[in-house]
Amino acid sequence: MLVTLASSPAELLGPLWPHQWSEFIVGVVLMLIIWIVVAKKVVPAFEKMYAERSDQIAGGIERAEKAQAEAEASKQEYQQLLAEARQEAAKIREDAKNEGARIKSDMREQAEADAARIVAQAHAQVEAERSQVVHQLRNEVGGMALTLSGRIVGESLDNDDRARRTVDRFLSELESQGSVHS
Amino acid sequence: MGWTSLIPMAGDEVGYHAPGVQSFHYTDPGWTFFAQGSWLNTWINKSTLQALIAAILVIVFWLVASRKLKIVPTKGQFFSEYVYDFVRNGIARDILGPDYRRYTGYLVGLFSFLLINNWFGETFIFMYPTFSNIGYAYALAIMTWVIYIGAGIARHGFGKFMKKSLLPPGVPPYLWILIIPLEFLSNFITRPITLALRLFANLFAGHLVVLVFVVGGWFLMTYPSQSAATEMNLGYNIAGVISIVFSFAILALELFIGALQAYIFTVLTAQYVHSSLADDH
Repeated sequence: MLVTLASSPAELLGPLWPHQWSEFIVGVVLMLIIWIVVAKKVVPAFEKMYAERSDQIAGGIERAEKAQAEAEASKQEYQQLLAEARQEAAKIREDAKNEGARIKSDMREQAEADAARIVAQAHAQVEAERSQVVHQLRNEVGGMALTLSGRIVGESLDNDDRARRTVDRFLSELESQGSVHS
Repeated sequence: MGWTSLIPMAGDEVGYHAPGVQSFHYTDPGWTFFAQGSWLNTWINKSTLQALIAAILVIVFWLVASRKLKIVPTKGQFFSEYVYDFVRNGIARDILGPDYRRYTGYLVGLFSFLLINNWFGETFIFMYPTFSNIGYAYALAIMTWVIYIGAGIARHGFGKFMKKSLLPPGVPPYLWILIIPLEFLSNFITRPITLALRLFANLFAGHLVVLVFVVGGWFLMTYPSQSAATEMNLGYNIAGVISIVFSFAILALELFIGALQAYIFTVLTAQYVHSSLADDH
């Protein structure tokens, strides 16, 4: 039925049959040319640029990672230094404390020694003064006793050896008695 | 006064020529480079020139764009990269996966050629979508057909590719007689035809709608100057103005449809190549 109505495919298909087949050929040829140009020239250029770009980005990330690692290392170093410094400060403090204690004990010892020395000196001085006083006293008492006994006896015993010896003996007895009493 | 006078566009043999298939035929442009009636003069018509101009535009655009590509893009490069990425990442890589590199060239060229030709329908001077001539649509469909079949044969060898295309795994033998012709039809015949028809029909219909609104609107707006009738009709004139204004909205819609059809054609091409390359059906 259709065949009798349509004498040619153009009539049968209407606009679905190319008005001119040259259109088909032109379309294929142009698309082929576009395809070749784009595939041979454009795509490689773009892909090359993309590869470079991703390279650069990857490089940037790598650099950033490196910088981070460096920062981490220097931070650790810093912390180590800090810890060392703290340790050292503690040691110095400890030393200072010990030193202070030592100085204190040294000074105390010295002071004690000084005190002892002064006391001893004073003792010695006192002793010397006492013996001097005793000696003087003995002479004076001896003199007074001689004078007194001379007056009592009525003669001078000043230059007499016997009288001196008597006085000495008397004083010795007196001393020994005193020491027994005291 | 007959009833036809109520319908200004019907039965008016003098003035109004309804837009139709003949509106798409520019066999003889009226001016000639070549001898009237020679094959060159009939070949080189409006659609051929448009296709040629579009191809030159596409090639020049991409050659200029790919000339001094910087790692840090300039403004112009940003645009061309956007278009390239749209096809490369949005279509080729998404659908084809690791094989995308080989087919990116064809897909980028195809998409830009289609887009420019479709937008010619809404561009001054041209005002005519090249692919509303089905010959061009057939041409691109055939190229896609060759490419996806070629890709399959190159990947799997002829025998294995045919077996893979015609016989989905797991079909029991008694269904082979049914499945094999159906698969053949769907994979080798329907695919290119639907590709071409979808593209052609969208642009043909879109351009026809625009023509109806513009030609009809102009006729009504200037009524009765183009008509055999003599009496004025203000209603017709107002309807004509509205129709002309509305044609701008239709043109905007056509811009969108042109881009959409370019995208669909490219996506389906990638999809067919993918199904040819895939290991399982």
